[in-house]
Amino acid sequence: MNMNRRTFVGAAATAILACAAAVPPAIAQERSSVRIGYVVSQTGVNAAGATTTTIPNYELWVHDVNAAGGLRLPDGTQLPIEVVAYDDRSQTEEVVRGIERLVNQDRVDFILAPWGTGFNLAAAPLMARFGYPQIASSSIVPPIPGIHERWPGAFWLLGTAEDYAHAFAELLTTQKQAGALNGRIAMISIADGFGIELAASARKAFEEAGIEIVMDRTYPLGTQDFATLLSEAQASGADAFVAYSYPGDTFAITRQARVSGYNPPIFHTGVGTSFPIYPQMAEGGVEGVMSLGGIDVNRPEIQDYIRRHQEVIGKLPDAWASPVIYSSLQMLAQAIERRGLDREAVTQELASGRFETILGPIQLVDNAPRDLWYIGQWQGDHFVAVAPAGREGSADLVVPKPGWN
Amino acid sequence: MLLSTLVFGVVLGGTYALVALGLTIQYGVARIMNLSFGEVVMFGAFATFVLFTGASLSPVLGLFVVVPLAFAISWILYTVLMRPLVKRARHPERVEIDSILVTFGLLFLFQGLFTQAFGSGYTGYGWLQAPVEILGARVASGRVLGLGLACLIGLGLWAATTRTRWGLTMRAVATRPAFAALVGIDENRVARQAFALGGAIAGAGGAILSMYQPVTPIDGGFLTMKALVIVIMGGIGNMGGALAAGLIIGIVEALVSYAVDPGLTLAATYAIFLAVLLWRPKGLFA
Amino acid sequence: MRPAVSALACALLVAGLAALPLFVGGYGQGVLVGLMNAVVLASAWALFSGPTKYVSLATVAFFGIGAYTVAVLTETMPFGAILAVAGAIGVAVALLVGLATLRLAGVYFVIFSFGLAELVRQIITWFETSVNRTLGRYIFIDLSATAIYWMLLALAVAVIGTRWLIERGRLGLAVHAIGDDEIVARHAGVDVTKVKLALFALSALAMTLAGAIQAPRWTYVEPSIVFNPNISFTALIMALLGGATRLWGPVFGAVPLFFFFEWLSVTMPGQFSIVLGLTFIVIVFLVPNGVLDLAEKGLRKTRGPNAGDARHV
Repeated sequence: MNMNRRTFVGAAATAILACAAAVPPAIAQERSSVRIGYVVSQTGVNAAGATTTTIPNYELWVHDVNAAGGLRLPDGTQLPIEVVAYDDRSQTEEVVRGIERLVNQDRVDFILAPWGTGFNLAAAPLMARFGYPQIASSSIVPPIPGIHERWPGAFWLLGTAEDYAHAFAELLTTQKQAGALNGRIAMISIADGFGIELAASARKAFEEAGIEIVMDRTYPLGTQDFATLLSEAQASGADAFVAYSYPGDTFAITRQARVSGYNPPIFHTGVGTSFPIYPQMAEGGVEGVMSLGGIDVNRPEIQDYIRRHQEVIGKLPDAWASPVIYSSLQMLAQAIERRGLDREAVTQELASGRFETILGPIQLVDNAPRDLWYIGQWQGDHFVAVAPAGREGSADLVVPKPGWN
Repeated sequence: MLLSTLVFGVVLGGTYALVALGLTIQYGVARIMNLSFGEVVMFGAFATFVLFTGASLSPVLGLFVVVPLAFAISWILYTVLMRPLVKRARHPERVEIDSILVTFGLLFLFQGLFTQAFGSGYTGYGWLQAPVEILGARVASGRVLGLGLACLIGLGLWAATTRTRWGLTMRAVATRPAFAALVGIDENRVARQAFALGGAIAGAGGAILSMYQPVTPIDGGFLTMKALVIVIMGGIGNMGGALAAGLIIGIVEALVSYAVDPGLTLAATYAIFLAVLLWRPKGLFA
Repeated sequence: MRPAVSALACALLVAGLAALPLFVGGYGQGVLVGLMNAVVLASAWALFSGPTKYVSLATVAFFGIGAYTVAVLTETMPFGAILAVAGAIGVAVALLVGLATLRLAGVYFVIFSFGLAELVRQIITWFETSVNRTLGRYIFIDLSATAIYWMLLALAVAVIGTRWLIERGRLGLAVHAIGDDEIVARHAGVDVTKVKLALFALSALAMTLAGAIQAPRWTYVEPSIVFNPNISFTALIMALLGGATRLWGPVFGAVPLFFFFEWLSVTMPGQFSIVLGLTFIVIVFLVPNGVLDLAEKGLRKTRGPNAGDARHV
């Protein structure tokens, strides 16, 4: 009698039973709430980003909606939101399984998108198959040809990489024509999804605008030492500097620039620049630093949003993705108010409707917004929007950037 | 340009060297491959942060709190976790595998606790950012201070191990563990002291690191990795070797980043590591 | 139990496992994929590390190579051919790495494999960004969860079957000799390096295929996604919990730990790291030789010393 084999068969049977038990039949019940689920990285490498922007805004929105009596339905009744949240531990497989669980197991009415471009792409085919709209508010439009035909229910709320690159190139051209810049730029970018896409679009946009790229380097994830890269940029003769970086490197680049006394007229860093802790990370003196995003601080809705974020979450929102994420949820609430809990109708409404949000009215074109703030700049205590210039609410650009102190 | 790259390399290597110094003592004397070493460094960084923001204690003064704390924690870890493993094992390989696994567990445990306490984002405070000019390169004074402290601690240790009786017993255990017991050395006591001392140095390294760089809870693993490469390059238990290897790695990284591609610094570190393993497995300076 | 009976039991078990996805819903199928992945990785890890006692942390390096190969070759050839290429690359890398590192003593190998995934990740990243000027890749291969599960099941059968064959054959003797005492094995005429290399390559092949088979589930692949070091750690701890030196050990570790981790991510999101750490420590102290060993000892105690007919399979 071989004991190992017998115990093995026994354990296998247990495992099979465990699987079966994990999938109980759905029990029909009277609706007393709207179930909304999400799978976002609460731990692992993505957590730093996800816990700064995505999760706080999801929580704030749920808090705001429930404090106001719940989501409003077309017949005027209100239902509170019930949240089902999982942690994907920054693993793609966990996102996939988490969404399968939300759909088949928890039977949620809507699913809020995961954090980041890669994870939203992993979620997109599932969300499409299950017929859930996907409002990817922390992702730019991925460069896949025919993406909107492939996943008509996926919305990419941070716009396209080209839009950011063009807005920046236009800003540089204007300054060059005004004689404030010599038309040369030094660019560094992180060797990861965001940095590569932005840098690729920027190369094209700069070339079209006649701006000469005198330095173009990439660096790996996790780099914290920028002394050599910045001394190269300093020696390159460019008077505009752009880094398409992630938060950790953004802080390190800023500190190193300050230490080496590198202060070009245009200093543009990547993700993290719009975080409220940025001035503290750089030890103040960030006046004139530019980046993606920006907000119109004179807009009362934004002021009110910042105040609520501080009160409910206990910290300030960032000035790029956070208001966009919150707005995307306002869009969802308004779409539900107009069309009910029918997911297909809500998806259509999101694609074609016009919504009132804290950022102003939003109407999507090709599943992405066309009138975002693309470039912002630190002015005083705020990271204000400066491009597209001339749009209502934009601030005047400060060039050249003042010194670090 | 080349000269300033070298300066950056030396400054970078200074921190590596200090951190590796602690690990080489732990592994060389206590014979525990401590994969949670980087987490003790992180502890030093987070504790300094708390003291600085909570009690407005200057990071240099904070060292006097953080270092004894790191010493105590490592002492307890050795007594509670490592010693029973050493005691129960029938042969040394078993201790090696078990200690690797347990310290792996500690790595995750600490990472989880740090994440709970400080969040997954960057934790840091600005201090000593004023630039210092060295041979045409402008370097943050915090980094230069780090390099200075690393040299100081390295010198102190060298003096302690070569000039004192305590150092003699340490070296005896490190080089001839089997004979140490014969001459009346309490091997357990020496190992515990070495483990705690290595932890204290790690804590100091973390405190210095936090002076010029914000940290995240998962940074410890990378530090351990780099420290291990340096320890092996320098020869296990060889303090001078660790200092030299740390500087070499720092300079190579700066040079590769400047002359080849910043994306290949780690590949370069690994290439050196592999070369050392294959040609001089006992370390460059054996 | 006679061999014919146990063969029948195994065949029934495989058939039962193969039929399972037909009875569970979409989420259940996803769970089965994850479970079978855990079984494959833990068994593949133990295939090499169990007998040789080398602690390898390179699992995710091969897993990622598999997934990345699929991403690169998608839409250029049929999926079966892609799997073959992925497997070949995995084996080639394993042979290269193995030749360079398997002569090293235990702890050096741990450290090298600790960073191998990071190294592969950085080299791929560098190549993609500097040469191809892109990073993420898209995989549009339509493959149901059930099909992926069946492929993983077949892979699991292959891995466990291979180990069973090895342990019964001449290679098994050589392998055990190495595990007991490498120097003695060398003197007895065992080509230690060759045996280790063969096991390492086989184990790497299974890990590579596991990554390749599952890649179609993710649509988007980039190095930081597929080279997640947690994959290495979980495979390792699962194999150890069950007992890496035994044929069925990894399975016994993988199944309970998989459900435990699944339960954790549902009930305690955010605590994963702490619990994983405690699990490591608890296993080393309480079940140092795996649960199978513990169960065997427990049984022997209750049955008396003479009933100990259980042996390593």
